[in-house]
Amino acid sequence: MNPFSSGTRLRDMIRAIRACKTAAEERAVVRKECAAIRAAISENDQDYRHRNLAKLMFIHMLGYPTHFGQMECLKLIASAGFPEKRIGYLGLMLLLDERQEVLMLVTNSLKQDLNHSNQYIVGLALCALGNICSAEMARDLAPEVERLLQTRDPNIRKKAALCSIRIIRKVPDLAENFMGPAASLLKEKHHGVLIAGVQLCTDLCKASTDALEYLRKNCTEGLVRILRDVSNSPYAPEYDIAGITDPFLHIRALRLMRMLGQGDADSSEYMNDILAQVATKTESNKNAGNAILYECVETIMGIEATSGLRVLAINILGRFLSNRDNNIRYVALNMLMKAVTVDFQAVQRHRTTILECVKDSDASIRKRALELVFLLVNDNNVKSLTKELIDYLEVSDQDFKGDLTAKICSIVEKFSQEKLWYIDQMFKVLSLAGNYVKDDVWHALIVMISNAPDLQGYSVRSLYKAFQTSNEQESLVRVTVWCIGEYGEMLVNNVGVLEMEEPMTVTESDAVDVVEVALKRHSSDIKTRAMSLVALLKISSRFPPTSERIREIVMQHKENVELELQQRSIEFNSIIQRHQNIKSSLVERMPVLDESTYIGKRVGSSQATLPADKSSRPTSGSPGASLKLPNGVAKPPPAPLVDLLDLSSDDVPAPTSSATDFLHDLLGGDLMSPSSSAPSGGAGTDILMDLLSIGSPSAPTDVSIRNTISSNQGNAGEPKTAPASVMDLLDGLPSNSSLPGDKNPIYPSITAFESSTLKVTFSFTKQPGKPQNTMIQATFTNLSSNTYTDFIFQAAVPKFIQLRLDPASSSTLPASGNGTITQMLSVTNSQHGQKALAMRLRIVYKVNDQDKMEQGQINNFPPGL
Amino acid sequence: MIHFVILISRQGKVRLTKWYSPYSQKERTKVIRELSGLILTRAPKLCNFVEWKGYKVVYRRYASLYFCMGIDADDNELEILEIIHHFVEILDRYFGSVCELDLIFNFHKAYYILDEILIAGELQESSKKTVARLIAAQDSLVETAQEQANSISNMIAQATK
Repeated sequence: MNPFSSGTRLRDMIRAIRACKTAAEERAVVRKECAAIRAAISENDQDYRHRNLAKLMFIHMLGYPTHFGQMECLKLIASAGFPEKRIGYLGLMLLLDERQEVLMLVTNSLKQDLNHSNQYIVGLALCALGNICSAEMARDLAPEVERLLQTRDPNIRKKAALCSIRIIRKVPDLAENFMGPAASLLKEKHHGVLIAGVQLCTDLCKASTDALEYLRKNCTEGLVRILRDVSNSPYAPEYDIAGITDPFLHIRALRLMRMLGQGDADSSEYMNDILAQVATKTESNKNAGNAILYECVETIMGIEATSGLRVLAINILGRFLSNRDNNIRYVALNMLMKAVTVDFQAVQRHRTTILECVKDSDASIRKRALELVFLLVNDNNVKSLTKELIDYLEVSDQDFKGDLTAKICSIVEKFSQEKLWYIDQMFKVLSLAGNYVKDDVWHALIVMISNAPDLQGYSVRSLYKAFQTSNEQESLVRVTVWCIGEYGEMLVNNVGVLEMEEPMTVTESDAVDVVEVALKRHSSDIKTRAMSLVALLKISSRFPPTSERIREIVMQHKENVELELQQRSIEFNSIIQRHQNIKSSLVERMPVLDESTYIGKRVGSSQATLPADKSSRPTSGSPGASLKLPNGVAKPPPAPLVDLLDLSSDDVPAPTSSATDFLHDLLGGDLMSPSSSAPSGGAGTDILMDLLSIGSPSAPTDVSIRNTISSNQGNAGEPKTAPASVMDLLDGLPSNSSLPGDKNPIYPSITAFESSTLKVTFSFTKQPGKPQNTMIQATFTNLSSNTYTDFIFQAAVPKFIQLRLDPASSSTLPASGNGTITQMLSVTNSQHGQKALAMRLRIVYKVNDQDKMEQGQINNFPPGL
Repeated sequence: MIHFVILISRQGKVRLTKWYSPYSQKERTKVIRELSGLILTRAPKLCNFVEWKGYKVVYRRYASLYFCMGIDADDNELEILEIIHHFVEILDRYFGSVCELDLIFNFHKAYYILDEILIAGELQESSKKTVARLIAAQDSLVETAQEQANSISNMIAQATK
């Protein structure tokens, strides 16, 4: 004997492992054992093969990898003796599963063992085959198993029957082969064979309708007899459980009856008597009896039973439901779910008891009961049931709130007859368990509010109130913030007060407070904060006096690490500060959200997570979408461009990058010979055009403002207060304009560029206290007799100057001075007082679909800019 | 159908696992981990059923050991409790008032017994006596084989003296 081969016995190894105090120690022991076993395997050690495999199985149970032992199983199975085969098959079932290729290698050994003369070896092979066979093996070995169904030894027959179940599950096509033998198994006396045979018939019925028909025709009678015999049988100690003979056989027979009787009146009628007998005579004081009753009820519900029998079944469930044993109550709830389709009214009678079960301390029972309640809701009881559930929501376990909330929400959505009730219930749920509410639920709520104009005031006031007490509920916060942003003035002005409402006074700054709290609470996530920012922007337009405060709140996020918040903060700040003129139209109320498309989207998308995001777009996302315009406006031209266009330095930067080249060509080189500079349509031109024309194509929202500007156009030529007055007009909202006090220097307008076809004039204004900044209003006049289309103005400045172009008022310039285009430019001169402004400009447009371009340099800026 | 049988100690140690549906090694560990978290924490007197990922797990505690069986949602939970008890009674008769240690050191025998009770996730034998008889017969087969082996090796040893 090899002294080095795994010296320890199985028992000693288990002891050593159990003695380990730490996981590391255990790993060390296991590693040592595994090494020894591997060595033994590689030496092909015969004597201790079965011991090694036993050890491996134990190690496997502890969760360590043991794949190297798989071949050992095969070798043991292939050996001649029963002990080796026994442990080999055990290892096979434990260490392998049907998906491993190795398993195929065992098919041949299995085939031999199935034909073995020793019944126990045949038994081992059947057991292994029944537990782990794959579809291929099932096909290969089905004939052997079929033959074994007819052997003399009942223990082999029962094993073969169960093995056939596995084969049919793997390969349903084989079901037909087993019909005949299975039917004859039901004539047996041996309980093991009967149990296995009945089970095989049940599986055959599931696998093939042919088999179902065959068995219905040939076995119904026999099956009823089996059940009658076993339920009438005198005391049989071998099979007795709690005074009942073989409940397992009872249950299996009842289950097969359900298969056979389903949808078949004749066989159902044949079963009625015995089912009534089982339902009435079975003792229900022990678990075994209840198990039979439970199965019997399910069978009665499943087949075409008489109404009397169904009443019997429902009554059994009623008894179960009032049982003190939790297990019995659980199965009662489970079965009532199925009974709902059979007899809705009968189940409805137990509603109060079921509702009590929702509040049970046992999570499994609660869950069952909740699902059942959900099925019991109808138009008549929805209000009382919802009230009960919402009341319970307040006191329920944390981990149950998610389920409960989801169910309440779907009940409320499904059965809401009036919008007010829906909104009220949703607000309650949001305040109690807003953290558990799924996104699509509160999105739907917002859509609903948006569609109920007469309830918007009520909604925003209720939310305001709810927020005061439960602002830790995320989705409540979101809906509140959204509604205040949209309907803030209804909150403050008490618009649309309903009769039952208590009057309340909310000031404008109270409304801002709410959003500020939402923005600053620690638990708010980005989404909530972003929604809060949008709401603030909207409020600032609704309540102009709060504008400055809001700007301060918004600016606190200008350095936020979240890009989204940072961007919103900076953009909104610029809207509040610099674009009073367009703000009110930018942040108009959301158009009414379309319920039908929203619902369609929700239904169309079965998955909850992704679609929730999608469907949020029309609600929370849209304010962002409407901000696209300011986004474009506010973006300063990229710094590198300004750098490249440096006009003050005469030495042109070496054309290292291609971009420099393009720009040099366009704006510098061609300046001498404008004629040759017809747009070549090269890539460089495009790049520049894109960069310079950000946001310039017609902007629909600022039409009204443009009109204001144009009407003042006549004054533009006069070097008086005209530009300032324009600004005054634009600053219609008396928010932060401290203009009147300051005496501003006035700059004369200039003609910046004039050719035979086009005239450009600039007029200037400065904001008080910021001498570096100059607002330039450019006015373009067409001197030719042709209309210009696709009019684009571009400008470039030296690098000490920053330039921002606002969108032009139009892209079409009417002929013969019959109209103008205006465009605002904002210039910041970082070397104010030392260097004068300088600018190059380029104008492209189309005349009769022909591209034209004009360019020039402006050196006659008034001093002091 | 029974998809798996798991025996876990109160400390969460696995004492026996049997899988009747294909689960990869990874899935098996996951199932065991999640279920022990779910079942071991349940208070006594609650019902013996846990719903888990579309399955139901029926469990029953005997001393320090939890017997768990994973079944389909439409199986008879009460019957599974009886099957668990059936298994436990057979173990008890075989080992003579069984305890956890018996199942640790003779885990393979527990598996042999289980294989006489369940095949393909279905009940095979409702008579405890029959199971005991079959196991005894197979045990004696192993013993005779070992005795023979011993006597042969003794004969060889004597012959080579």
